[in-house]
Amino acid sequence: MKVLMLGWEFPPFISGGLGTACYGLTRAMSCLDVEIIFVLPKVVDSAYTTHVKLLSPTPIDAEPAVAQGRRAAVTLRHIDSPLKPYCTVSSYEKHIEQIHAWNQDFAGGREHDTGFGGDYAGDMYSEVQRYADLVTELASGEQFDLIHAHDWMTYPAAMAAADMSGKPLVAHIHSTEFDRSGENVNQAIYDIERAGFYRADRIIAVSHFTRNIVLNRYAVTGDKVEVAHNGVDNNGGLFAASCSAATAKTVLFLGRITMQKGPEYFLMAAKKVLEVLGDVRFIMVGSGDMLNRSIELAAGLGIGGRVSFTGFLRGRQVEDIYRMADLCVMPSVSEPFGIVPLEALCNDIPVIISKQSGVSEVIRHALKVDFWDVDEMANKIIGVLRHRPLQVTLRNYGNCEARKLRWADTARKCVQVYRQVLAGS
Amino acid sequence: MASVCFYFQVHQPLRLRHYTVFDQGDRYFDDEKNAAICRKVANKCYLPANRLMLDLIRRFNGRFRIAYSITGVALEQFEAYAPEVMSTFEALARTGCVEFLAETYYHSLSSLYCRNEFLQQVQSQIEAVEYYFGQKPRIFRNTELIYNNDIAAAVHSTGAFDAILAEGADHVLNGSSPNFVYRAGGCDNLRLLLKNYSLSDDIAFRFSDRNWSQWPLTAEKFARWIDAVNGNGNVVNLFMDYETFGEHQWADTGIFSFLRHLPEKVLEHPDNDFKTPGEVVGAYEPAGTIDVPHLTSWADTERDLSAWLGNPMQSNAAYELYRLEKQVKACTDEGILSDWRRLQTSDHFYYMCTKYFADGDVHKYFNPYDSPYDSYMNFMNVLGNLSRRCSQSLRSAANAAEPAAIPA
Repeated sequence: MKVLMLGWEFPPFISGGLGTACYGLTRAMSCLDVEIIFVLPKVVDSAYTTHVKLLSPTPIDAEPAVAQGRRAAVTLRHIDSPLKPYCTVSSYEKHIEQIHAWNQDFAGGREHDTGFGGDYAGDMYSEVQRYADLVTELASGEQFDLIHAHDWMTYPAAMAAADMSGKPLVAHIHSTEFDRSGENVNQAIYDIERAGFYRADRIIAVSHFTRNIVLNRYAVTGDKVEVAHNGVDNNGGLFAASCSAATAKTVLFLGRITMQKGPEYFLMAAKKVLEVLGDVRFIMVGSGDMLNRSIELAAGLGIGGRVSFTGFLRGRQVEDIYRMADLCVMPSVSEPFGIVPLEALCNDIPVIISKQSGVSEVIRHALKVDFWDVDEMANKIIGVLRHRPLQVTLRNYGNCEARKLRWADTARKCVQVYRQVLAGS
Repeated sequence: MASVCFYFQVHQPLRLRHYTVFDQGDRYFDDEKNAAICRKVANKCYLPANRLMLDLIRRFNGRFRIAYSITGVALEQFEAYAPEVMSTFEALARTGCVEFLAETYYHSLSSLYCRNEFLQQVQSQIEAVEYYFGQKPRIFRNTELIYNNDIAAAVHSTGAFDAILAEGADHVLNGSSPNFVYRAGGCDNLRLLLKNYSLSDDIAFRFSDRNWSQWPLTAEKFARWIDAVNGNGNVVNLFMDYETFGEHQWADTGIFSFLRHLPEKVLEHPDNDFKTPGEVVGAYEPAGTIDVPHLTSWADTERDLSAWLGNPMQSNAAYELYRLEKQVKACTDEGILSDWRRLQTSDHFYYMCTKYFADGDVHKYFNPYDSPYDSYMNFMNVLGNLSRRCSQSLRSAANAAEPAAIPA
């Protein structure tokens, strides 16, 4: 079985769960009997891609991947495009401006050099379309049995490639416009998502939570949508040192600082916690469009001295943060899955998670709370910080539970869907 | 001669209401929820079962005899929320065919932590049984049949009991049969009755399990198994939760019908009869001594204490609770003492059990909390408030006792 997969960047260039999910999934798939041509919109230069063959950084290169005499199961193809996951119209514009600015700085009269931004479209939608054209061109020179596309930005490309090749299409949905924007969905993006769902032969959702949104908000029939929960690439380093008793208690928020992740609920709960327990500090790790508002909110609530914002961290820095934390809170407003709590558990940190999340379907050893219920969130935070036995039991059982959620199982489910799709067509 | 000895456990805890760190009041218990549950179980179990028992007792003219242990906290709730249940139990008492046992009034684990408190709770239960049913209990069972030699010794020291019940677990029997009366290890004058877990659990757990090789269980079949004991034992101790009839096993499983036909089938064999635990002890000589150095119970497959004290949260909660004993008793405040005792009910710790949480089975249906973690937090929040009330009460008592300074 050979699959044309349209996905997103691998570590360490992560900006959210989408890249992590793609990485975990392809790594697991490479152990099954599936060959993958993995297409993504940028060159990845990383020490993590041991299971793929890196090609030279020119657009649309068609070198067959050969690694030590054996054909690697996953072949990486990149397409020169500035598309990033979770793009919005304005973030794309900013990104393009930045690229042009770089080119100005390094310009001179370079023509053929890849440089940046040679052919990039000025606006997001056009770039998505351009990407679709490039993918179709690439696909025309490839053999594959089906197409597997991750989230809306790849859907036009997937649909075009499916039309061109006549091969079936599996649409994977990691997050919907409703998750990202609440009720104020961007109509154009919604339309693309829906078009992808209708055109796809099967849809894979990362949770029942997301599946329900697909059924209810996009008018898709139930038999078309499968659920394959994400997993976690675990082994978060060595065991955390036993809960730091000496230093102040530390509560962590890890994720993009954006509406979807509920940063304001975290801060309001923090305020309530600090009214009861003085010596607690709150750390928000990540960046996003609500970062500045959050900093102002913390100050406005009078807890500015107790809240730290680290900005975006990766790799070892995140591990160090985990080592300091007593508790991790994910107060997401609408979380299709939520890999962060699983990573926290693998790092021996107990978690409080929003009930409005996909991950709450698969983890039992975590405290769960409605994202809006700030009182209860504070109640639970205080409970964990005050009572060591609770903290210890939660993290021990939670750790065991998280380690059982493996990408291998997700991959197996996807392959099952592949087989069904191929049998049907 | 095979005597069937039925004993039914009747208990309802006083469940806590949702109590956060921000709550200040001393109303810890969820009266509405407890009332609703009490009435629900009354309709599904207590009333139909009691009426059936009364009917069977009358029909067999004294040959059908049974025993109950009803906790003090359950009695309080029946009085408040389901008086009809109370009157049926009183009617059962008046038949003269029903024996009432003693246990801790609060269905607590105090036997493991505070000997004095344990004995006080036993005394309260004895008084309650005398008050409601006009009987002085001579047979003792500890909470969840938690038992070992030390507990037997403590019970024996009261001088009030002839026998004590325990789980006939394999590691207790060590090859002996539960179908005899025994002497409690280290207490020559205290008899020990061991539950026949195989036959008891056939009714209590396996009755409706279609995958069970013996399903469906009819009164006839069961009576044959009782008959088979003849020659190999004197007594078949069938100890179980009363909620088996209607709650654990719903009416549509046929459990009431089974019970209705059972006495008749058992009594068809002239060598069989029904005896209460007290009558069993009077009728049969002990076949030996059973030595139980380690604590056992009738819970789960392990038959140990792990259901209530198996994880750090549980043992911490129990430790913190019993640590308050001196303070609470120094308070001389009835409200504080009563609340502290109601917090001792073993169910609170049972809800914190993580053993089967991932499998989400039986433990979950009867658990008012979403998770064991929620139950621990709730309990500790309540305990925190109780502790503060205690300190406050002691402080104001100390202030009141100090003479006002008289200016020179």
